[in-house]
Amino acid sequence: MTAEALVKPDAAAPRATRAPAPPTARPRRRGAVGAAALTTATWAIALVFVSPALWLALTAFKQEGDAATDPPKLFFEPTLDQFRTVLASDFLPYLGNSLTATLLSTLLVLLLGVPAAYALSIRPVRRTQDVLFFFISTKMLPVVAVVVPLYVAAARLSMLDNIWTLVVLYTAMNLPIAVWMLRSFFLEVPRSIIEAASMEGAGLPRVLWSVMLPVMAPGVAATALICMIFSWNEFFLAVNLTASQAATVPVFMVGFITSEGLFWAQLAAAATLASLPIVVIGWTAQRQLVRGLSMGAVK
Amino acid sequence: MRTTLPPLAALCTGTLLLSGCAGAGALPAGTDGTTLVIAIVANPQMQDAVSLQSEFEAENPGVSVKFVSLPENEARAKITTSIATGGGEFDAVMISNYETRQWAGYGWLENLQPYIDATDGYDDADFIPSIREDLSHEGDMYSVPFYGESSFLAYRTDLFEEAGLEMPENPTWDEVAELAAELDDPEAGVAGVCLRGLAGWGEVLAPFNSLLNTFGGRWYDEDWNAQLDSPEFREAAGFYVDLVREHGQAGAANSGFGDCLNRYSQGRAAMFYDSTSMVSTVEDPDSSTVVGLSGYAPAPVAESGYGGWLYTWSLGIPATSEHKDEAWAFLSWMTDKDYIRTVGEEYGWQRVPPGNRLSTFEIPEYQEAAGAYAGPMLQGIENADPENPGTRPVPYTGIGFLAIPEFQDLGTRVSQQLSAAIAGRVTVDEALEQSQRYAQTVGDAYKEEDR
Repeated sequence: MTAEALVKPDAAAPRATRAPAPPTARPRRRGAVGAAALTTATWAIALVFVSPALWLALTAFKQEGDAATDPPKLFFEPTLDQFRTVLASDFLPYLGNSLTATLLSTLLVLLLGVPAAYALSIRPVRRTQDVLFFFISTKMLPVVAVVVPLYVAAARLSMLDNIWTLVVLYTAMNLPIAVWMLRSFFLEVPRSIIEAASMEGAGLPRVLWSVMLPVMAPGVAATALICMIFSWNEFFLAVNLTASQAATVPVFMVGFITSEGLFWAQLAAAATLASLPIVVIGWTAQRQLVRGLSMGAVK
Repeated sequence: MRTTLPPLAALCTGTLLLSGCAGAGALPAGTDGTTLVIAIVANPQMQDAVSLQSEFEAENPGVSVKFVSLPENEARAKITTSIATGGGEFDAVMISNYETRQWAGYGWLENLQPYIDATDGYDDADFIPSIREDLSHEGDMYSVPFYGESSFLAYRTDLFEEAGLEMPENPTWDEVAELAAELDDPEAGVAGVCLRGLAGWGEVLAPFNSLLNTFGGRWYDEDWNAQLDSPEFREAAGFYVDLVREHGQAGAANSGFGDCLNRYSQGRAAMFYDSTSMVSTVEDPDSSTVVGLSGYAPAPVAESGYGGWLYTWSLGIPATSEHKDEAWAFLSWMTDKDYIRTVGEEYGWQRVPPGNRLSTFEIPEYQEAAGAYAGPMLQGIENADPENPGTRPVPYTGIGFLAIPEFQDLGTRVSQQLSAAIAGRVTVDEALEQSQRYAQTVGDAYKEEDR
């Protein structure tokens, strides 16, 4: 018995049950005007939110002089000089470090987070609420308060400037959020399919892997992406705990900020390159993400 | 739905493989040679040194160099943490005259004098005396200067001519205020003068402190009593805030050195009082629209005859470094006369790191490239006396800053008050009242120490 067979295809249901619009002209016109206004508003809001990213990408193709003008220039002679500068300054090792830290920590988060979330949602015990609160309370201490102890500990363990230090810290940083997110997705899984699978003789690993995970896949994908974004963008720990060997892309990026001279175009090119991997991953998993992100929210 | 995971997993595996390869490439190539790790501040002159590193590596076979290049604030925080806790990531660090003496006193830095004395042709007597002095502890140098700066007043000769105005040879602050009032043209988008207003001890406080000194103000009297509510301090703060608010740039409270530099280079200010290092941007055709249109006057004064400051980016070796000899080889390469010549010939003479060596100012090519500003720059640096800032005795040293460890925190707090006054959120009196309390807390600690 597959999971698909057990889950009712409810996506089509609302369309089928919606009553046909009354055949009078006025409400339909009002509806059309309303829809057009809504579409326009949606586009306007979307543009407002996307415009900083677009401006960043546009600035990356400018010369420094063009990037610094007031009022800002919309039309200019595009150049790839800034990208050349960025790529010529040894970008790949930083990219490798970022990918290692991001992917390994996300993998660890899922390996640890899925069983934890399962236990906390499907098999709650008396102290479940306390455990959940403990998880989230670890996020309440500002990271700046622990950075010096972390630095000293890493120095004593000879783990400064080591990518594994970041892997461990990013796993710890994302685990609480992942457990909370995954738990809400586990709660969505109908109990009946778990019981049905158990009755058919499936053990816990089998139930988790073959029955629950396929149902929760969009949720897991959304959680993984959130963890990736947080790790990819993490700057504070990276800048403090790494130097020449384990530095990540955000640390590479700020190297283009200078207190003397112009740097907007260079920085924009570095930032554009830095955000590409996450954009690609997000794009690839788009459909799952939309389902996953709305899964916990809409009941 | 079941097809969701495999593509994502494939993507992860693929990128992991890629990252594995790239990660391996990040390791140092040779295992026999020495790799020096050097922390620097990401300014243009330092970037030139990064791109010239292959020359150093060619001269020193077996030694390779890796740079950690960060913006000023991040670099300062990171280097301080590393040195103070003995983290040991770096073989050489870029610091300033603010850190050098304090850290030398704590034993955090290697004494460079024995290395200097043992290096033939490394002419340390050629360093500008005020800078050499400010990087020395008990007569020995603990860091060597890469470039030095003072402050001066840049002004647009074309705008002055148009308005029929003339810049006095040694301007006073009152004259600057009058000129700013004449030249202020909000409709054309040209501010009378650009002055830093951004909070941060290295931002608004640098120009403000140099003005404070020449107004006869001081942070503490000889017994560590805070003087931020004294009439002189009030007058200086009131003058600075009024000048920026009335004839300064728009949004001055958020505008630091970088922003002012950008505005002036884009022709949006008639005068700009700031670091002499501005010239590498202002006179660079790639980043400036006002090349060749500026005159440079000495830092304005009020009571005293000198109104500038002294700052230098220098290189030191942490006591924890395991490659001190190789690190010194690099330091001496980067601060040597030959290096200046190399930069001048490869990148152009306006790009040499100025203000560390007297001999630079005697190179004919440099004189030609820097004719407009070399004189006032050297004069500003040479005349600076960090031992005796201002007109009255003080228990601290330093001009643009106070060379005490507490100043990073105290300066930041006071600068926030000053910046708030520039924004108009508090009055100057309110800002100083609050600042006086902060300063007295620090002063009290020193009083107890003295007892």
